[in-house]
Amino acid sequence: MSEVQTVDNMVTVTIDGTEFKAKEGEYILNAARANGIFIPAICYLTRCSPTLACRICLVEADGKQVYACNAKVKEGMEITVDTPNILEERRAIMEVYDVNHPLQCGVCDKSGECELQNYTLHLGVDSQSYMIPDTKREATNWSSVLHYDPGLCIVCERCTTVCKDMIGDSALTTVKRGGAELDKSYKESMPKDAYSMWNKLQKSVIAPSNGTGETNCSDCGECAAVCPVGALVSRDFVYTSNAWDLKRVPAVSAHSSDGFQIYYEVKPTSIEDRTEKIYRVTNEWNYVSLDGAARFAYDFQNTTATKDTKAFNSAIEAFKKAETIRFNSMITNEEALMLQTLKEKMGIKLYNPEVKAFQTFLNHYEAASGNSLWTTDTDAIMKKSDFVISIGCALRNDAPGMKYAFNNVQKLNKGAGLYFHPVGDTLIPTFGKSVEVFNHKVGLEEAALYLVLDLFADKEKLPSDVKEYLESFKKSSTKTIKEKEVKTVKEMVLNEETGKEEEVSKKVTEMIEKEIEVTTNGLVDLLGGDASTFDATFEKMMKKKESFSMMLGEDLYYHEKAENIAKLAALVEATCNIDIVMTPPKSNALGVALICELDEAQSGYTVGYNENGDFRLSALGTGDLDMPAMNQQEGTLCSITKRVLPTNAAVEYHGYELNDLMKVLVGAPELTIDWTEKLPTDRGFKAMAFDDLPNSFENDGRDNRGYKLETSNVKTALPEVEKCDEDAVLEGEIAYRCNPARQFNDFTDKSHEIFETFSLYASKEKAESLGSRVEVIFDNGSITLDVVADEKMTGDIVKVPDFKASEGVYDLFGASRYKTVTLRKVQ
Amino acid sequence: MGLEQFKNRNVGTQNYTMVDAGHSPKGVLCQFKQVVKRTFKGELFVGLWVTMKAMLKALFANDMHTVKYPFEKLPISPRYRAIHDMLRLLESGHYRCIGCGLCEKICISNCITMDTRYDENQRKEVSEYTINFGRCIFCGYCAEVCPELAIVHGSRYENASEQRAGFSLFEDMLTPIDKLNLQQEYSGFGSVSPNADDNIKQTPLAY
Repeated sequence: MSEVQTVDNMVTVTIDGTEFKAKEGEYILNAARANGIFIPAICYLTRCSPTLACRICLVEADGKQVYACNAKVKEGMEITVDTPNILEERRAIMEVYDVNHPLQCGVCDKSGECELQNYTLHLGVDSQSYMIPDTKREATNWSSVLHYDPGLCIVCERCTTVCKDMIGDSALTTVKRGGAELDKSYKESMPKDAYSMWNKLQKSVIAPSNGTGETNCSDCGECAAVCPVGALVSRDFVYTSNAWDLKRVPAVSAHSSDGFQIYYEVKPTSIEDRTEKIYRVTNEWNYVSLDGAARFAYDFQNTTATKDTKAFNSAIEAFKKAETIRFNSMITNEEALMLQTLKEKMGIKLYNPEVKAFQTFLNHYEAASGNSLWTTDTDAIMKKSDFVISIGCALRNDAPGMKYAFNNVQKLNKGAGLYFHPVGDTLIPTFGKSVEVFNHKVGLEEAALYLVLDLFADKEKLPSDVKEYLESFKKSSTKTIKEKEVKTVKEMVLNEETGKEEEVSKKVTEMIEKEIEVTTNGLVDLLGGDASTFDATFEKMMKKKESFSMMLGEDLYYHEKAENIAKLAALVEATCNIDIVMTPPKSNALGVALICELDEAQSGYTVGYNENGDFRLSALGTGDLDMPAMNQQEGTLCSITKRVLPTNAAVEYHGYELNDLMKVLVGAPELTIDWTEKLPTDRGFKAMAFDDLPNSFENDGRDNRGYKLETSNVKTALPEVEKCDEDAVLEGEIAYRCNPARQFNDFTDKSHEIFETFSLYASKEKAESLGSRVEVIFDNGSITLDVVADEKMTGDIVKVPDFKASEGVYDLFGASRYKTVTLRKVQ
Repeated sequence: MGLEQFKNRNVGTQNYTMVDAGHSPKGVLCQFKQVVKRTFKGELFVGLWVTMKAMLKALFANDMHTVKYPFEKLPISPRYRAIHDMLRLLESGHYRCIGCGLCEKICISNCITMDTRYDENQRKEVSEYTINFGRCIFCGYCAEVCPELAIVHGSRYENASEQRAGFSLFEDMLTPIDKLNLQQEYSGFGSVSPNADDNIKQTPLAY
């Protein structure tokens, strides 16, 4: 399926006299960019819909002036980037942008990387011809991380566009500015596009879309990243450094499994302290959008580490007597390989509750489908899919990259979506009109997959028992329904302009009663949907849909019937035209799953690596021996896009590394990154040295970081699946192991710009009924937490976060993500 | 001052006036006679008298030409580039530096460093500023690039110190607030040219 690269239809276009190949249906601007041709553009964002606010991307195509961000390439198109008229328009537009723009470049955070500065210089604006009285606009803080100075804002609407089309929060909108009206004489004297652009600009300014002064969003900071001027800046960064003073360290976000590309931007801490500090995180925002953890959880480095030989020696002793090493997914591939080597050479068990279930699920899936890994990824979904299904994944919390893809498909590919999850989320339906949400009961994930089979499968290919099973849910009945019928009626109407009577045909709808036979799908009812209306809704959703994808989440790995679910997923892939992507739970879960042979349980003397244990290696600086944090070490990480991505050290580290322990224990090469080429090639890795790994995006947006894992596909027979176990449904008070957005682990929690607390998250109503603090009682223990209301949650299920390893939440939940619990109010 | 006199480069054709310097003695006897004549003429005392007069003037008439360095210093050209000064705004007394970091960036010996922050009045505040005078080569770029004429070259040209690296902090260079009235507008390297107004394009204003 998507593994096979489909050859896009290519067309030939001529830009400024040179012929280029471009993908059919691509915007002129993107085609030009992909071929290294520069067309100025301010408001357009790749992967988002054209805003048409700046109008500066004006080009001439086949003799007509068009906006390059909005016009598609056609075979044989002749494009001229600059004509005298266009240059005049562009210069007028830039002059307008400079009207009343404060001359504060000296103090502005954006100075040096400001697109207004750049384009003003590029278009040679050295005088001003336009004027208008300014409006007083006060700087405000929109959230704990966002600082907005409307005085600097040029209302290009990039922030609102990215928030709507990519992030899905739609937290920003344009509101009335209340500024002066444009002088009428400009209409004649100014170039046309410049005038209409100014007219729109003068009327608007950006504000939170909920009508208050504060955004109620996921605080991802992507709006600040895309802001071309200094209007939107992270609160923490305001006036702390100039852009040109910062050194960029290319890296990979350490927290979620999306493998977001980031730059750590470093410079010395202060005049007294010359050690380098991370000031901010930036990204290639045309190709990748970050979540809040990737952008704001950056200062988690282990600063106090020293080469403590005493601790080192006791660590060696601990490893020698250890029976188990307990670790999590906050680990590079190289370190994972070291631990695997320890297992092989010293027989130490490897225990990783975060990854174990995922690894087992992957193995089941591989056995059932013959695919060594899932068949699509988030980038491919955004580029191609127009129908996405998400099962068992708390999109907003678990997998920001998936959430962006799910939303982007709705907004850009005119897509539709099905979202199956027990916890209600008010944000998901806002992604698009064609999003159907099923808040099914806990444990019915199999039924969701059966519904997918029923809706999408090629019935010919399905095994007969599955077909029968699916049919058993269908109930037919006769129903009297009222149907609208449109009739055309002719009527004589007096035309007001001419004063004559004219015959006008009018459309009139009439209601007609009809008796029809209806088949309702019991699966829809079972999953909490409305079977009587679903068929019609689904038909609408399926209109003009060609490319289907399914996202599987962490809930399924921790499901009691995970094996059956993996088989069902494989069956979906084999019988439906659906590609599958799975969310590795947290940072490098995929790498760990591929490299390490994990054991079921821990026993005996345990060495914990960033986890609890009898001897603790910790990158948090709280353990018995210090380890480097993810921003202090080189290495590779595996991402949801099935890539092996290199990450670099941003800040210095003075302690011991795992490799130093390895040298003493079993012998190891000089550096940690010398392990990179030893990564297991039979699991899809390549024998490539770390320093040979590329780390960039191509001009056309192709990800060229690291390398793609080799995947294999073995033809296998259709898996035999079991029926949905309706008895597995959990009833009563249910706790769900789920972190608030932006929190993934102890490291995000350590970062000073992440404010989400370790609390019980519940819907507003539930939180009110619970009071301020509760004890959550499990079969095997309890935990006492403050109650926090999450306005976007609905339903009675409460979320218990697991980002603090020391709280042992994984042990409380055991092999499941949902548990029936008792909630007891605590004063 | 006109430059005409420098533009005439025909050296040798000007009207020189020859000084009557007499004739050098010829022969050993003549030279001997000249020595004896000069020795007993008393010209020595003429010289001594000149010195004596100057001394008496200095002692009793308070008319002395010696500059009592280091207690006294000669005024120095505004174009001389000595230790930096940080100027204040004359009206408010607030320091002129806005923390734009241009001096830090342009400094070719990398000797300027500053820390800035967002202050309580929503302004950019320079929380610390330092110049390493062990490295500074007094090129004047910082004064030239400064958009606010905040960092300028002052007249303190004594750079000798016990250590090779000498640092100055913001406060050391800043005009003391009680001496604000003595602050001189800088006319050296990078200052506004007298015809600056003529070179500016007018921007229309809606007020």
